[in-house]
Amino acid sequence: MKKQTEAIISVALIAALLAVLFILERTIPSTSMLFTVLKKGAIYALVAVSMNLLNGFTGLFSLGQAGFMLVGAYTYGVLTIPVDQRPNVYMYYDGGMIQFALHPIAAIIIAGIIAGIFAYLIGLPVLRLKSDYLAIATLGFAEIIRAVFQWDKLGPLTNGSNLLRNYPSYKSVLFYFIAAGVCIALIVMLINSTYGRAFKAIRDDEVAAEAMGINLAHHKRIAFVVSSFFAGISGALLAMYQTSIQASMFKSAMTYEILLIVVIGGIGSITGSCISSFLFIILSEWLLRFLDSELVIGGFKVPLLRSGFRKVVFSIIIMIIVLFFRQGIMGTKEFSVRRIFNRITGRSRKSSEGRNGR
Amino acid sequence: MKKKIVSALMAVSMAAVVMAVPALADTVKIGVYEPASGDNGAGGKQEVLGMQYANSITPTVEIGGTEYDVELDIVDNESSNDKGPSAASKLVSDGVSVVLGSYGSGVSIAASDIFKDGGVPAIGVTCTNPQVTQGNTHYFRICFLDPFQGTVLANFAADTFGAKKAYVLTKLGDDYSTGLGFYFTKAFEELGGEVVKGEFPEGNSDFTSYITDAKNEGCDVFFTPTSTEAAANEIEQAAAQGLAIPLLAGDTWDSNVILNAAKGKDVQIYVTTFYQEGGNAEFDEGFKAFINEDSTNLANNGNDDTVAAVSAMGYDAYYTALEALKAAGSTDPAAVNEALWGVTYDGVSGHIEFDQENGDAIRSSAFVKVANTESGAWDFVSEQTISE
Amino acid sequence: MDWLSKNLPYLMAGISVGGQYALIAIGYTMVYGILRLINFAHGDIFMVAGLVMVYASTVMPVYLAIPLVLVVTVVIGFLVERVAYKPLRTAPRMSVMISAIGVSYLLQNMALYVTGGLAQQYPALPWISDTITVFGVTTKRVTVITPPLVILLVAALVMLIQKTKIGMAMRAASKDFETSQLMGIKINSVISMTFIIGSFLAAVGSLLFFSNYTGVTPTVGAMPGLKAFVAAVFGGIGSIPGAVIGAFIIGISENIIKGLGWTTFSDAFTFALLIVVLIFKPTGLFGEAANDKV
Repeated sequence: MKKQTEAIISVALIAALLAVLFILERTIPSTSMLFTVLKKGAIYALVAVSMNLLNGFTGLFSLGQAGFMLVGAYTYGVLTIPVDQRPNVYMYYDGGMIQFALHPIAAIIIAGIIAGIFAYLIGLPVLRLKSDYLAIATLGFAEIIRAVFQWDKLGPLTNGSNLLRNYPSYKSVLFYFIAAGVCIALIVMLINSTYGRAFKAIRDDEVAAEAMGINLAHHKRIAFVVSSFFAGISGALLAMYQTSIQASMFKSAMTYEILLIVVIGGIGSITGSCISSFLFIILSEWLLRFLDSELVIGGFKVPLLRSGFRKVVFSIIIMIIVLFFRQGIMGTKEFSVRRIFNRITGRSRKSSEGRNGR
Repeated sequence: MKKKIVSALMAVSMAAVVMAVPALADTVKIGVYEPASGDNGAGGKQEVLGMQYANSITPTVEIGGTEYDVELDIVDNESSNDKGPSAASKLVSDGVSVVLGSYGSGVSIAASDIFKDGGVPAIGVTCTNPQVTQGNTHYFRICFLDPFQGTVLANFAADTFGAKKAYVLTKLGDDYSTGLGFYFTKAFEELGGEVVKGEFPEGNSDFTSYITDAKNEGCDVFFTPTSTEAAANEIEQAAAQGLAIPLLAGDTWDSNVILNAAKGKDVQIYVTTFYQEGGNAEFDEGFKAFINEDSTNLANNGNDDTVAAVSAMGYDAYYTALEALKAAGSTDPAAVNEALWGVTYDGVSGHIEFDQENGDAIRSSAFVKVANTESGAWDFVSEQTISE
Repeated sequence: MDWLSKNLPYLMAGISVGGQYALIAIGYTMVYGILRLINFAHGDIFMVAGLVMVYASTVMPVYLAIPLVLVVTVVIGFLVERVAYKPLRTAPRMSVMISAIGVSYLLQNMALYVTGGLAQQYPALPWISDTITVFGVTTKRVTVITPPLVILLVAALVMLIQKTKIGMAMRAASKDFETSQLMGIKINSVISMTFIIGSFLAAVGSLLFFSNYTGVTPTVGAMPGLKAFVAAVFGGIGSIPGAVIGAFIIGISENIIKGLGWTTFSDAFTFALLIVVLIFKPTGLFGEAANDKV
């Protein structure tokens, strides 16, 4: 299969996906849960991929994702609330100190940049730490960021610990797919570049990578900043999706959730992260919801079903995946047109794997 | 021809109603957006009980000449501003005609835009923060607001205890708590008082240092508008440290969780609330019977049959929704939204009528209660009104 | 005297809460020492111990309920290790850690399901929940007895580790996992023992903690758990005295911060302290020298 055909088929598949979404949006009422979970799934796919870039591809064990999402979400909210709405939102702070509003797209990009700047500064001290210590330090920074954003002295800027709301948001599910898709494509490009190969070398063996002339500090910093940049963007998208945000949402539990998605999808697999984030969101937010309400089938009351049961079942499913499918859904493999093509035509796996370079 | 069919259908459905064949009746869905877990789970459950009780008394409503079964579509917003919106989208996608809730202000504000985008009107039950209804036309509310409640409490503190200095403890990131603390502070300072502020983060269960602060500063009252979950800890630790000044709180503390925590302890607790048990004997009696006949209901009410004010509010909210459905003459959410502006209803908690600016109930009185630590019940103190 | 009675409460609260963190932190540090695993579920085991007490005390007298809580918690700790960690012994470290997060998720959600999401009131334990007055400060007796009790338990634990055979095996396993296995140490029983001790101490910690802070919710273990873990890292993970000292430092400074009026930052300060220590002394105050196992 030629590279060109592969590219054409890939593009065609993406176009088909977008077309399907486009048609769905025009046929199913926009209030359907389907769109809610698709939007959230796309956002989580992006943040999961950004976390995978660090944990899966560079081998940096970071647990700061929720903190950077918070920075992104706040940047977006603070910069886009219409001026006439500000007195309402910043009601305890006389309308706040910022008296302008940016275009949402500009704000999303700035959200990523600010998150990246935070990451750069935090990275200066913490990236020297190794493995678990790095994880704990980043987790700690995420908690510190959360506290700072809730500080009432910063109220005129962040609205203290209160909700930010009334900012503009795109309703179409297409927007979320395109935004997340573009970002994920950028990450894939980075991973397939020289930098990406250096990241993987660092993951596999730091000492050897350094011996090969890879500047460890430089590459780690790049991975950390880029990952945080996209976490910031996904935070902005999350803010948009939720229509209101608050610092107290971005707890360490959120990071754990994202980490679960990454691991279930397969550490080191971009498509795995995407697939598992959709599965994760669709299951937990939608399909399992019936477990929360009592159900009577033919006069027989199904036992155990009541509020909270959904989460119990969901966590049992997670445990089963973690214990029995250690590699996750995709392992370190990727879902690609070539693989499918080879599978169908029955070409030997070895030769294609070799050429795939993965 | 068409007319004939319609009238024939009408006749059939009327006959169906007369014969009380439920299978033929239509169903109208009322969404219930309340917390069943998290910080406000206890209060949310009691509020839902009020609605369920109302639903058990009046399970049907006549809309545009047709008798509809009313189905309560209950979701749990988990008292959380990030989990709430997805529960709200579930309601919208289920096609409810109107939403009742929520107990807390934060979750109501967080889900407001979801309801707005879905074109579904919502009736806030006990969310007292002004931001819930401000600047929108789809969110209504049947309770009083925090500027009012805060002023009532500040007046009460100054008049009854001669308080000059108050300790105000609020929870970070909780709109209800922050808001009521803000309005109390404002009113109290206008009365010439002084306020010492404290804030606690989510997940905090150690209140000893705040209580010590209040003692050291020589405060006269300890005002703490928080969820019942934090309240139980605060009461326990205030009693353990021998805090001698009265604890003051808003409507959330009007709960048997507080009574249980305070029972047998040396603490004074005053709260403002919407309804005083005994205000409507018929409702109290019926509601107690409703709770006692079902073990789940009893558990949801905190294992006793105290009538919480939020239950009375839930009960009134249900009937307000029915009034709106009747007035709209249709189950279409947009029509219900339109009709809500004109709805009036005399509920057990008082007369309900919405102002034409934000859709807030016009309320001018609040009850003040004190926790009786011996009997474990609320004692009536006074009914407070303020003139604007 | 006036100054003392004004500031003593902060200090007492700090020491008491520090002691409770210490009991949880020991569980973290011992498990990490041997398995290099951050046992995220440990805080939730602490929460489960609290819930067991709530339910046990409704059906039996307290003097029966307390031993039951200790036994049940130990059994749960043991089972968690057997079911969720042991099958992953050869898997990458990340998998085990995810498993720990999964267990934490599961325990919290089960608690949510069982309690229906409402805070449960912890029963007042006789004697230790009584109110007493120390230097003019009114407090619960548990505040005063926590520090000596912690020291006693830690001394016993150190004795166990230094003087007994199983203790020796534990030290060996934490020095070098593979080699100790080759030397004939039954690694699985050593690990089980670690979890049993950790859970036992967490159960004792929960008795003390919840006597002071009486609301038990599904997520109540998360923050104390995280702080205890920070304490363990702070003191040098793997070191028991380090974890205890770290826990006391964190408990006390957290309450001093609150006393100074910086309540917004009481949690953040803990993490800031941690990061500063990690940067200047990456293995913590009393940590073993860089014994890189990664």
